[in-house]
Amino acid sequence: MSTAFLYALVGTGLFALGLYALIVHAHLLRKILALNIMGSGVFMVLVALAKRTGDAPPDAVPHAMVITGIVVAVSATALALTLMLKLNAKSGHAELPDDRRE
Amino acid sequence: MTLLTWIFDSLLGLSLLWLAWRALACPNLFKAIVLFVAFGLLMALAWVRLAAPDVALAEAAIGAGLTGALLMAALAKLHPTEAHNDFAVPPEKNVTKVWSWQWLPAITILLVTTGLGYVVLSLPPYATGLSTEVAANLEISGASNPVTAVLLNFRGYDTLLEIVVLLLALLGVWSLNSADLDHKAAPGIVLDTLARLLTPIFILVAAYLLWVGAHAPGGAFQAGAVLGAAGVLLLLAGWRPRTGLMALPLRLVLVIGPAIFVIVAMLTLLIAGQMLEYPPTQAGALILILETAATVSIGVTLAALFLGGDPRKNNRNKNHT
Repeated sequence: MSTAFLYALVGTGLFALGLYALIVHAHLLRKILALNIMGSGVFMVLVALAKRTGDAPPDAVPHAMVITGIVVAVSATALALTLMLKLNAKSGHAELPDDRRE
Repeated sequence: MTLLTWIFDSLLGLSLLWLAWRALACPNLFKAIVLFVAFGLLMALAWVRLAAPDVALAEAAIGAGLTGALLMAALAKLHPTEAHNDFAVPPEKNVTKVWSWQWLPAITILLVTTGLGYVVLSLPPYATGLSTEVAANLEISGASNPVTAVLLNFRGYDTLLEIVVLLLALLGVWSLNSADLDHKAAPGIVLDTLARLLTPIFILVAAYLLWVGAHAPGGAFQAGAVLGAAGVLLLLAGWRPRTGLMALPLRLVLVIGPAIFVIVAMLTLLIAGQMLEYPPTQAGALILILETAATVSIGVTLAALFLGGDPRKNNRNKNHT
């Protein structure tokens, strides 16, 4: 298996781990971590598949898109963390209300 | 691929998966964030292995550094009872029901992952994508680093929108929270000295990354991230800008990147008929101007995101009380 496909599979694995944690964890900080790891997985698949050029330099377009994505991810994380802190300040919890408990 | 690089790649891949799993599963949130930062640093190593040094620089500065700082700051502000522990299933949940509902997502995600893995492996092993087009037009793009050429020239539109996204996120944060602008004593003499020593070096590194981005790995985002990191370090050391600077000057610096981008986009639309289509002779200079403005805005926006609130709201509240 070539380097590109090895890392692409690692990327899929990261995406899966993130998605699982996003669903099973109740704490919002953990959900934000999970989203970040899902994003890292997607970025890794993109960049790994850009390297399927043999010995030639890899495709620069996915690289540029991933750099854009990393910056968007950090701004989304900052906004999500602020929303979480606001919820925490209002309700004392850092979890979303669960319908089934009522 | 030699055996040694294969072993290295496999080990790196496994460590990434293991760190991600530990960061998501370990009960202590503080530990989880530290593991996440380590995960980000190993990601940077993986980007280097995938011949993407530009992405590696961005990941090391933003993915590992700034995201980690933001998460730590948020954890510190959480209510103490909420900051400690996190059970995947809250303990008061019905124990007999746990089995059925906890295995359902695991099975679903296993199926999804198998499908994704199959799709990835069924892709052709050799594909050039757009690399030939990029190489063919690199001459007239104004930058010899293909990633910078794509970011600022071929796909300048995406970069313009992305800088606006950054500004929108800050507006969101500002509308939700107000920032604490009181000067704080540095937590220790080590951090204070370190911040004083490192800030000029960070600014120098940012300027270097900005300049070198035209022909080697680097560019506006990496430079902006380093500048943002300098801001975070200063804020951590207790430094706060004077309140006079927080009103109009701060806002001007925040919008200078998007504003110059929009002006250039409109001028090129009027002159060349195509948005962000630079004349080849001036492309290099235009890219440098755009990148410089973007770097300053990105750096200050990232530091302001770390401050985590509207710096002016606080003063207004104080005046009322």
